[in-house]
Amino acid sequence: MSQTSTAPPAEPAAPTPEPGRSGRRRLGDSPVVVTALAFVAAIVVGGVLIAVSDEQTRNAATYFFSYPWDTFRYGFSAIWEAYKALFEGAIFNPGRASSGTIAGIFGPISETLVSATPLILGGLSVGLAFRAGLFNIGGQGQIIAGAICAGYVGFAWHLPPVIHLIVAAVAGILGGAVWGGIAGFLKAKTGAHEVISTIMLNYVAYYLLAFLLSVESFQRPPYGQAISNSILGSARLPHLLGGSLRLHLGLVIALLAAYGVHWLLTRSTLGFEFRAVGANQNAARTAGMSVGATYTRVMLIAGGLAGLAGVTQILGTNPAITQDIDAGIGFDAITVALLGRANAGGTVLAGILFGALRAGGVQMQSSTGTPIDVVDVIQAVIVLFIAAPALVRGIFRLKGSGAGTGQALAKGWNG
Amino acid sequence: MSTTTSPSPGTAPTPEDIVVHDVVVKPVSRTRRIVTGVVMILVGALTFALGRNAEAHSARFDLSQGSEFIHLPDLVLPVAATAYVCGVLILVLGVLQAVKGFTKPWSTVVGSAVGLLFLLAFFCWAASGGTGSTIDLLGVLENTLGLAAPIILGALGAVLCERSGVINVAIEGQMLAGAWAGAMFGTVIGRSGGVVAALVAGALMGWLLALFSIRYLVNQVVLGVVLNVLALGLTGFLYDALMQPNQDSLNNPGSFDSIAIPVLSKLPLIGPLLFDQNVIVYLMYVLIVVIQVALFRTRWGLRTRAVGEHPKAADTVGINVLRVRYRNVIMGGAIAGLGGAYMTIGAVGSFTKDITSGNGFIALAALIFGRWSPRGAVGAALLFGFAYELQTLLSLVQPPVTIPTNFLAMLPYLATIFAVAGLVGKVRAPAADGEPYVKE
Repeated sequence: MSQTSTAPPAEPAAPTPEPGRSGRRRLGDSPVVVTALAFVAAIVVGGVLIAVSDEQTRNAATYFFSYPWDTFRYGFSAIWEAYKALFEGAIFNPGRASSGTIAGIFGPISETLVSATPLILGGLSVGLAFRAGLFNIGGQGQIIAGAICAGYVGFAWHLPPVIHLIVAAVAGILGGAVWGGIAGFLKAKTGAHEVISTIMLNYVAYYLLAFLLSVESFQRPPYGQAISNSILGSARLPHLLGGSLRLHLGLVIALLAAYGVHWLLTRSTLGFEFRAVGANQNAARTAGMSVGATYTRVMLIAGGLAGLAGVTQILGTNPAITQDIDAGIGFDAITVALLGRANAGGTVLAGILFGALRAGGVQMQSSTGTPIDVVDVIQAVIVLFIAAPALVRGIFRLKGSGAGTGQALAKGWNG
Repeated sequence: MSTTTSPSPGTAPTPEDIVVHDVVVKPVSRTRRIVTGVVMILVGALTFALGRNAEAHSARFDLSQGSEFIHLPDLVLPVAATAYVCGVLILVLGVLQAVKGFTKPWSTVVGSAVGLLFLLAFFCWAASGGTGSTIDLLGVLENTLGLAAPIILGALGAVLCERSGVINVAIEGQMLAGAWAGAMFGTVIGRSGGVVAALVAGALMGWLLALFSIRYLVNQVVLGVVLNVLALGLTGFLYDALMQPNQDSLNNPGSFDSIAIPVLSKLPLIGPLLFDQNVIVYLMYVLIVVIQVALFRTRWGLRTRAVGEHPKAADTVGINVLRVRYRNVIMGGAIAGLGGAYMTIGAVGSFTKDITSGNGFIALAALIFGRWSPRGAVGAALLFGFAYELQTLLSLVQPPVTIPTNFLAMLPYLATIFAVAGLVGKVRAPAADGEPYVKE
């Protein structure tokens, strides 16, 4: 056996904690600590990028060796300003709040929650599929399908106010459910891997939307532009805090959906089947459950949840269908679900957190010129670190049992 | 060919230890034979209908550039007659297929023949709109190759990666990193330096994939998605922060000139098509041949495939599984990075945000559609590139009936869904693809 240049993938699990180090050992195993440290790491990475993007800091770095203090001074001030703007955009802005208006005080929080709404719903969708052992990479396609259906009902049909909203929302949920259900059905009937089929369905939905937006009956007059008619007032989600804030009923729907998913997974027979199939499909099959039917069902529900994310976008946040209606939510939802550890409560918190980053990022870009893309980097780094607890423990020199989350979820294309 | 690996003695069998492979060679079933036949008959009928629908009498195809030894004259075909002949031929083949069925070597030939006949009729019909227009066939093929090149490189990189057992959903991210590095360093230290930088950037993304999947056992699909987000964020950030304000000094690499290979480039049709390209495309030719041969004919290839199919067995005979995986994943990343560089310094000559725009996912589709083989991936990538080019073509020549180009754009993705659903033969990934290997 040739010598391995790389370290063994995981430290073997020690049966008993070493005496004297048990405190640190427990720390390294706690998901809260790992999450918090992943956060710290991401903030540091983001900080480095912000400093690099700051022109003054870059200039100071040219004479770093003669006078390093300048580099650090300008760098830290750039980082401070950027993160301050992010905080002000996401949570509370003392400058705007001093005006005393509702918009001034709650504006940032409202923006955070508006961004969080589809992320929570998308995260629930991905997380639910995770629990049944499926990867729903198709959030983008399902959101688009949901938005198309809800949007079409919203602008083309004329119904009484509340009924219109309900019908449009149901149409959107159905659209998403069908789009997700296709992947589940294919998996159940033919064994087509859901990752491949959902990725491909994303693009099919994308081009379907592009086609619809090129059809005159979908466009708004004057025709020729890739934007649909506006959603009629009777189908819009009502604002929660008055017209000056964008926060709409979608948030309540997202929270209810989170509770629903929680109930489904912990209290219902269907949810038990999902978890059983996710934990061990052979055992589930032996116990008499239909694994194929479970795949189809879980993808129908997951698709419906993602479709609902499309509904809140189209009936609440952006009341007209455009090509970028998904706005990256489908993929962000995966990171939300991972951060939320695929349970409903965690997903809500993760969604709000990433919503805050989105909302704050906009403010940061406009007031300090730091590109909002840094938020993507922060998000990716958090999730990378959370997925590899051993790495976090290594960086921060914590001891842990070595159990990774990855292995539990790992399976191949043929699985 | 159904095999069951028995767990090592002394340990309890776990579900992961039991790998049941599907039967690979299947006799052609009756239903499949008839369904295929019926589909072919329908295609034949459609081809026939194209002939009836044609407006102009003849279609003109431009086949040469002017610099070849033999100047091919424009090909002029009578539209209706061509479509009728093609349609009848397809119908005959379809009936034969439905009644008798073609077996393995012939089924491929028949399939390609039907495709080509249909395309010929389709092109004639497309060029027959109004008073008729000329189709620059050479141009169409050149554009197809250009559009396919990054997909081919991305898919080749992923072949290396997945054949050794690591799922690569991060092709998009690797290409994006390569595209960015190619443009940035191509401007600062010259285009050749840009190619090197793209290889390194892709390799770094590959290294991240390898590190997290092999050492930290992170789920590889999740990891790929996250790495894509990371690459999109990083390149987008660096573009906005550095390149956007300094377009001239940091984002102006220009693109490689094409180099005509002395004699070969003068051959009719294939000369200007294949041998008057830029250096990245020539590199691509080399990579295609080398990877195809190496994977199936060398010790390295055997080891790579062994590690991807059955790492435990490979380990038993003394192959260092993790090292093989690290190497392959990093090399694969570098090749995908080169594919990204083609999009900047090989084609448009500058970087823009999200310039790869889903090409990495098309490459993934090509990899799967091509059944994890270099040759198949190249073929699939060319097909997908052609589907793209067809959109441009149809908007230029204005056929008698306008075809929504968005549906053409969907074709590669639909084809891949059909492929994984087993409708066009069984697609099987390397057995251990995506499963981390932990030595006991």
